[in-house]
Amino acid sequence: MKSKYDVLVVGGGPAGALAGRTAAEKGLSVLIVEKRPAIGAPVRCAEGIGKEALHEFIDPDPRWISADMTGAAIVAPDGFVMRLDSALAGGKVGYVLDRKIFDRELVWKASEAGADVAVKSRAAAPIMENGAVKGARIEFAGKTTDVKADVVIAADGVESKFSKWCGIDTTVPVREIMSSVQYVMTDIDIDEHATIFYLGNDVAPEGYLWVFPKGKRSANVGIGISGKKSGDGHRAKDYLDRFVKKTFPDGKTIEYIPGGVSVCRPLDCTVADGLMITGDAARVVDPLTGGGIYNAMYTGRLAAEVAAECIEKGDVSKKALMKYDRAWRESKMGKSIERNYHVKEYLIKQPDAKLNDIIHSVSKIDMQDFSTITLIKEIIKANPKLVLELGALAASLR
Amino acid sequence: MLNVRRDICGYCGCCVSVCPEGALELIDAYLAVDEKCTSCGICAKVCPLGALEVTHEK
Repeated sequence: MKSKYDVLVVGGGPAGALAGRTAAEKGLSVLIVEKRPAIGAPVRCAEGIGKEALHEFIDPDPRWISADMTGAAIVAPDGFVMRLDSALAGGKVGYVLDRKIFDRELVWKASEAGADVAVKSRAAAPIMENGAVKGARIEFAGKTTDVKADVVIAADGVESKFSKWCGIDTTVPVREIMSSVQYVMTDIDIDEHATIFYLGNDVAPEGYLWVFPKGKRSANVGIGISGKKSGDGHRAKDYLDRFVKKTFPDGKTIEYIPGGVSVCRPLDCTVADGLMITGDAARVVDPLTGGGIYNAMYTGRLAAEVAAECIEKGDVSKKALMKYDRAWRESKMGKSIERNYHVKEYLIKQPDAKLNDIIHSVSKIDMQDFSTITLIKEIIKANPKLVLELGALAASLR
Repeated sequence: MLNVRRDICGYCGCCVSVCPEGALELIDAYLAVDEKCTSCGICAKVCPLGALEVTHEK
């Protein structure tokens, strides 16, 4: 670890790894600091990602793919199952990853490109000069080292502190944090090639419960509920335990994973002088699905690309770095977050009877593909009244 | 004051994200609470495991 880098990346998850790798590939000196002693662990994720989305960043490798998804099912509150598994999928849909190995692979690639990596090394405070971020104070094994950098990329996840220390409000509203628990279960009867989503106010209030296969007779079984609905006796764990007892009474839990997933709008601004914010720390999780891996990799890479340009030009002011903020908001990802935010806001307000109606009506349609956008379009087509309720958003999708 | 039940906490950081005071920090495998904590209880509400409790001293 040196005392000065072009770019300092705080956090060694997918956002930080892509930022580090991209910065290194652009010829910059870069350090990735990860507060945990190991990259990839503990897992805080249901591990699902679309195939095409993943392929934008890395070629699939069986070493970190747990299962190949060719179908999906949505279980309505009344128990009705809408299956989305047809030949139309054309081998697409998604993977369930093994994040412990996947995250390591991403950081390996960053280090191969030239990035320095420091684990069990925590950014404990920013170094500020005249209101601009100039690096961070790094703690490792009782020692503190000042690491200066032209640009700091905050990729410190849902529990992000770095940007808060720099004066940016990153607080997630209580109703927009998904309070989550997941068990990695084995010895359970599942369809090993389909992800299953359970909806309903008794099953997962303002969220959903998922079964994402990890291989034969093994799956991530998890739940996210709105923080607003959480409390003593009715926490995420209580809901999940009830489901597991009923559905997989003989299954064994081999990993116990709590977590928080933000489903709010992204931060109002994701840059400051000398600072860029990426991934979960920027609150760019898809508000409808809770998926964040792709968005993290996308913003991590984009941040490093813009950082490289700005460092080259000798201007890392907020104004110069704003190019990153504008670019992701205008991207397909940014637009999809905004659209899915509206859809989420609509769906969480619906009583179970309405959710049943929606799912029953859509199940009668032959879907062309499995993307969220197709599903939303079909929901609207099958429920013309939704056009009024969703307003301009629905019209823009037709 | 806020009491962290270390035997229950899974150090996931869900609470850190909602703390309006910035009083919580997840330091590797434990949760740190600093003097900015106002015992508002928001973190205790959202904790997926029920590891946080606001205790009122008498």
